[in-house]
Amino acid sequence: MRKGYYGKFGGVFVPETLMPSIYELEEAFFRWWRSRDFRKEFEGYLKDYVGRPTPLYHASNLSVRCGLTLYLKREDLCHTGAHKIINALGQALLAKKMGKRRVIAETGAGQHGVAVATAAALLGLECCIYMGADDVERQKMNVIRMDMLGAEVRGVETGTRTLKDAINEALRDWVTNVRTTHYILGTVFGPYPYPQMVKEFVSVIGREAARQIWKKEKRLPDVVVACVGGGSNAMGIFYPFLKRKEVTLVGVEAGGKGISTGHHAARFQGGKVGIFQGTKSYVLQDSNGQILDTYSIAPGLDYASVGPEHSFLMESQRVTYTSATDEETLEAFFLTSREEGIIPALESSHALAYVIKNCTRWKDKLVLVNLSGRGDKDVETVSRTISP
Amino acid sequence: MNEITNVFRRLNREGKKALIPYVTGGDPSIEKTYEFMEFLARNGADIIEVGIPFSDPMADGPVIQRASERALKAGTAVKDIFALVRRFNKAFTIPVVLMGYLNPIYAYGVERFVSEAADNGVKGLIIVDMPPEEAGEICPLLRKYGIASIFLATPVTNRDRILKIKKIARGFLYFVSVTGVTGERDEIPTDILEKIKEIKGLISLPVTLGFGISHPRIVEEFFPYLDGFVVGSALVRRWEHSFSVDDPELKNFFQEMVIACHGS
Ligand SMILES: Cc1ncc(COP(=O)(O)O)c(C=O)c1O
Repeated sequence: MRKGYYGKFGGVFVPETLMPSIYELEEAFFRWWRSRDFRKEFEGYLKDYVGRPTPLYHASNLSVRCGLTLYLKREDLCHTGAHKIINALGQALLAKKMGKRRVIAETGAGQHGVAVATAAALLGLECCIYMGADDVERQKMNVIRMDMLGAEVRGVETGTRTLKDAINEALRDWVTNVRTTHYILGTVFGPYPYPQMVKEFVSVIGREAARQIWKKEKRLPDVVVACVGGGSNAMGIFYPFLKRKEVTLVGVEAGGKGISTGHHAARFQGGKVGIFQGTKSYVLQDSNGQILDTYSIAPGLDYASVGPEHSFLMESQRVTYTSATDEETLEAFFLTSREEGIIPALESSHALAYVIKNCTRWKDKLVLVNLSGRGDKDVETVSRTISP
Repeated sequence: MNEITNVFRRLNREGKKALIPYVTGGDPSIEKTYEFMEFLARNGADIIEVGIPFSDPMADGPVIQRASERALKAGTAVKDIFALVRRFNKAFTIPVVLMGYLNPIYAYGVERFVSEAADNGVKGLIIVDMPPEEAGEICPLLRKYGIASIFLATPVTNRDRILKIKKIARGFLYFVSVTGVTGERDEIPTDILEKIKEIKGLISLPVTLGFGISHPRIVEEFFPYLDGFVVGSALVRRWEHSFSVDDPELKNFFQEMVIACHGS
């Protein structure tokens, strides 16, 4: 396999100005990731600061209701409320090692932005977060949090005013301030080495989950389900199961208002292979190669492309990708809140929606869902859907 | 021999520098872009760079982002750009190079794109988000069809990368004046002179300076060290005033740039 590629997907498609930093990052990551001291420092923060290992919870009420055994990997209990803090801390530590004094990041749901702002506060780094103006509007609470954490939030008014435009602006900032700044990309996306590096960081989710479910059930799960925005929480939990062919892996994309309406972010249903924001992967685009506007009630899934390794896992049929609509997602959101007393993030609710929709298919089976984040940030959005 | 090389040879003999204006194809329509190119060709452009509009121009500043948006709003597609170049080539001998992002080219089909570009008289291609590492597929095609593969170098490009770029670069080397996106700048830091000298020492291709060339003064400052100057945002900003080649500010500015590059 070519370096930086997963099958035919991946690569390094960035302007020349960024290439030295890409190499610097690659070199630094592999050097420090092998260093015991770095690992110790990272794992120390994961344990005492993030609160890992996160629990694996047997959701007994939902299990009864669905007629299966459902376990939730409680990433919602991470400090700052989602799995995003793992990668943010890993990269912020790396930025320090590389001697960068400033970090930047894009954010959709605001979860990655909050995570980066948190890591930057902790480690004494200057921090600037790019966020689409529409997302600033619909995830206000996270904007306030970032501000309180001392980060500067820049609303992006260009393009479609969502996540992809925030990434464009972050890349423009990085190109300009490349000597002093590290770009903390928030998922297993973008130019190599990001997809690989982020995967290594978040694989702790899957390693813990595999150990925990083995301890509780003395066996592997039948199916592992995760929502797929860029694909980090999914890659994290899939990671240790990829080699165990008897475990079915399901990635759930944002079906929005339904695939046929065109208002969705299901790259594997409506997209084709393209090159976008640094990598070759599936992309929602028109016949001229222009990137399409996407839609989802979950801002963290509202993005036109997907991590390149997911494209590889889709084409090699190791992972099944499907989608859940807004409506199905909201139903899962309420059901989980009321049955389990857990308010899930709208992103994670897509994974739960898959399970609820496919109860009969997985009847009596052992099901593991990555509950990637908590829904505090979404309460306003959701309440608007019930009282228009 | 590619026409681009001939342009630099001739200018070099005459003690002049190439003036390379940039326009976004289809901004605000293909017809208007043609008028603009005609104006540039008649008034002293040596090579014209035509941008292929893209929805997400990550290496461009606000001026060229807006131009791209206008072009897409007008429905501009790759085939329209090819038709534009074909029409231009019927009337002028000035080489046209295309500049763009990879995805529209990839969606068109890489070989189909390169062969049709050649058929329509495109002389060079710059792909902003394709470093040499990812050029393995397209470079042999560009050679096969006789189109120059133009690459960028920047203030942070080190010696090893310059040598890597040298192997596959044709036509000219496009030196980006600053770390940053396209856009006008009052000053270009003169510490890039060291880098320019290093590049000139390693590469025999003509080297042009681009990004932020917003004033004839900048051309004068760097005149002895380079072979040409690319003028993008400064021109496009004046163009978007009225989209008219009779716009006095546009005419004056371009005239001044011609004088700076060619002498009066
Ligand atoms: C809670 C939560 N889950 C999932 C995602 C989607 O990202 P990824 O697919 O990288 O896990 C986000 C993104 O913001 C998120 O906040």
